[in-house]
Amino acid sequence: MTFSTHITDVPDEQVAITCEDVTISYGAFEAVKSVFLEVPRGKVTAFIGPSGCGKSTVLRCFNRMNDLIPSFSLKGRIIYEGQDLYAKAVDPVEVRRRIGMVFQRPNPFPKSIYENIAFGARINGYTGDMDELVERSLRRAAVWDECKDKLQESGYSLSGGQQQRLCIARTIATQPDVILMDEPCSALDPISTLKVEETMHELKKDFTIVIVTHNMQQAVRVSDMTAFYNAVAVEGGTGKVGYLVEFDETANIFNNPRQQATQEYVSGRFG
Amino acid sequence: MASSGSEGLYTLRHRPPSDKLVDQSFRFLVTALAALVAIILFAIFLVVTLDAREAIAKFGLGFLVNSTWNPSTENFGAFTAIYGTLLTSALALLLAIPLGVGTAIFLTENFIPSRYRTIIGNLVELLAAIPSVVLGLWAIFVLEPVLRPLLQLIHRLLGWIPFFSTMPTGPGVMPAVLILVIMVLPIITAISRDSLNQVPPDLRQAAYGVGATRWTSIFKVLLPAAISGIIGGVMLALGRALGETMAVTMIIGNSNNFTLSWFAPGNTISALLANQFGEADGLQVHALMYAALVLMIITFIVNVLAQWIVKRLSLKYS
Repeated sequence: MTFSTHITDVPDEQVAITCEDVTISYGAFEAVKSVFLEVPRGKVTAFIGPSGCGKSTVLRCFNRMNDLIPSFSLKGRIIYEGQDLYAKAVDPVEVRRRIGMVFQRPNPFPKSIYENIAFGARINGYTGDMDELVERSLRRAAVWDECKDKLQESGYSLSGGQQQRLCIARTIATQPDVILMDEPCSALDPISTLKVEETMHELKKDFTIVIVTHNMQQAVRVSDMTAFYNAVAVEGGTGKVGYLVEFDETANIFNNPRQQATQEYVSGRFG
Repeated sequence: MASSGSEGLYTLRHRPPSDKLVDQSFRFLVTALAALVAIILFAIFLVVTLDAREAIAKFGLGFLVNSTWNPSTENFGAFTAIYGTLLTSALALLLAIPLGVGTAIFLTENFIPSRYRTIIGNLVELLAAIPSVVLGLWAIFVLEPVLRPLLQLIHRLLGWIPFFSTMPTGPGVMPAVLILVIMVLPIITAISRDSLNQVPPDLRQAAYGVGATRWTSIFKVLLPAAISGIIGGVMLALGRALGETMAVTMIIGNSNNFTLSWFAPGNTISALLANQFGEADGLQVHALMYAALVLMIITFIVNVLAQWIVKRLSLKYS
């Protein structure tokens, strides 16, 4: 079996993050193998694929979130703005300040709504008008109207969808360049999902967004580019190993895929 | 809709009388047991108060601020012991909280592989299994002699501060404080560790996700989220420190002369009771009972306060 190794032709100056032959392992187990990928700047890139294909794993490498897992190891290079993110001299904290993340389940801090926003900004050295930043971030995450009268109440007093938009606002407030979203709507109802998606359309004007989603309609609705990952069983291996099958403009992936596996997945024949 | 009992879908199934009897007697049994707890507590309070009555009548509230304890003139005041109780507990907590919470942080972070963390955690908890009389002996024969040169050095350097104004020569308040630290450390560590472990991993990710360093996320996110549990543990430790008798009695010096110095022999209420009950008679017994009542009230207040604080803080984060 051969792993796909093609890179779509995104012009160099428009590339935000490049994966060069990235292989990610947990202990002896290879989770994702040989990923080549160029994430374009200022666009929404979606990662889709069946469970266990490694799409979240790749995403969480972009801001070194996997460092928290002791057995994690990475081969190859992930390059962001000309810098190998896994070079020895790179401070993961600095990486996460530039590349923010919104998680699968809303996870506001057990603090007030105001503090949820202010906390990240403050530790990132923001010295401007905090009230103004809080309002601006909440507005951009489209949750200001629900929050403006209760900024001092706990973040947990909001509904799940509002909490997720609070988490987006919190990420915006740290003023990153890239926002990673790991299945941000999988714990939300359809109406909240729609609101988060509208927020994303608004945000892509200023941020590069990479989103992992299980929901193919969502990928069609929000993304410009789509990467399809799949998983195959390997001989002598303990489980399935994920790989990147195809990366192209979203319209091509869904209407005119080059690979058989992509065709089968997007038409709902497996996964 | 009058369906006959045996056919109806939702009617109760038939139960034999013996079944009901078992049910009822079990309910009666557990009610009685639960009530017994309250009765015993109340009875202890009552007996202690009754026995203290004469001393309360004679000394009144002045008992709390009088530092004389003289059986031959029958002039009794518990100030030295009350002060000693509060002082040793406060100092012990002051030292044990950073140590215990720090250990808990160490045990819940991934500084070293989890298998070594488990071993260290178990060792700390084993500290709680050492009988206090053994700790007392250890304090007399090891801790105090080893510590003495250090305390003497502090006395020489800082002797002008009233707390260090006595030349340490043997048993005293400071060794007692340190033995209390060892006794309450496992409580604080174990409960803090459990509270930190219960903080959802999502929160840690959230903190890292906005660019927090490890220390920022510990002090600004994880500890605040676990604070109600940690305070609960501290309060339990305080309760233990206030009431601890054996080890403290063996090392504190049992002096009823009031002094500000931490290096001089002192006393606590429980040490006073343990020391004097055997030979006491007449008014002295009543005075000791009065002191016991004071100790019970102090620990009672600490417990109520602890529950109040824990409830308040945990509501904030629910």
